[in-house]
Amino acid sequence: MSRLVRRGITWMICCLAVLSLPQAGLAQWNANQIQPATALSQSVLIQPAELVKALQSGKNQPIILNVGPRMLYLQAHITGAEFIGPGSDPDAIKQLHARAQSVSHSSLIVLYCGCCPWSHCPNVAPAYSELQRMGFTNIKVLYIADNLGTDWVYKGYPTVRATN
Amino acid sequence: MIALQPKAGTELAPDFTLKAIDGTSIRLSDYRGKVVLLDFWATWCAPCQEEIPRFVEWQNQYRNQGLQVIGVSMDDSPEPVQRFNREFRMNYPVAVGTQDIASQYGGILGLPVNLVIGRDGNIKAKHLGMYDLMLLKRELNLQLDSK
Repeated sequence: MSRLVRRGITWMICCLAVLSLPQAGLAQWNANQIQPATALSQSVLIQPAELVKALQSGKNQPIILNVGPRMLYLQAHITGAEFIGPGSDPDAIKQLHARAQSVSHSSLIVLYCGCCPWSHCPNVAPAYSELQRMGFTNIKVLYIADNLGTDWVYKGYPTVRATN
Repeated sequence: MIALQPKAGTELAPDFTLKAIDGTSIRLSDYRGKVVLLDFWATWCAPCQEEIPRFVEWQNQYRNQGLQVIGVSMDDSPEPVQRFNREFRMNYPVAVGTQDIASQYGGILGLPVNLVIGRDGNIKAKHLGMYDLMLLKRELNLQLDSK
């Protein structure tokens, strides 16, 4: 390949890179960039009914951490759940890290979000990965198929709701 | 997805006034006489991202028949909403919602939440979660056809 052709190709690649810059802004909205909930293994999931049973048993109470958006947490959250912040946000992951530092690595921690359908949730998998990286061995992620309303609140499970 | 149908479209949509992200004011009752698609959404909500381009399209397509889409974002701050609004070229009023408004609408317990509000100001349909857009379009057309 002649030097001229190689230079031409390099020039074209540079031009394409520059032209694609405006798209970079849009790409941030693309959920594919964030580890989806579907990446989690079935073995780490806990079903809503199982969690209710565990809560009602009164023993070995899990630490429940909400890794969803603040507005939705304020609207309704699982009784006893602590707000951390959306797991897709690096600041929330720092918050999770800080919160988890005072917890024994063998403690049962349940993470949940419920912002949107499981296949679209960007928050639980990054939070799970962080706890796993920190060495926690008993992490569960609450499987919320559609959203917190449908899969938890409207089923009558223990909830703290915003008052009107 | 769950469809929460108010009683035969007789429940009046709670009125609200919000400051839109372009600085203007949005008052729901100002749109009485139009068919309103009220969309509770957020920039981080992937299903919302799928719906919004369609809503932009419908706003153009049905504007003259009296459709008004209104977006109420459940983001914690207006900055990402403003950027999203520009990048998705949203052609309808958008504001950041409040806890109070969310509660008035029965609580926003997941996103998106779409409401079809008739020309009389009554809620004709409410959908929590991802909803079939063909069905939603049909519901809107039904309302647009009624004068």
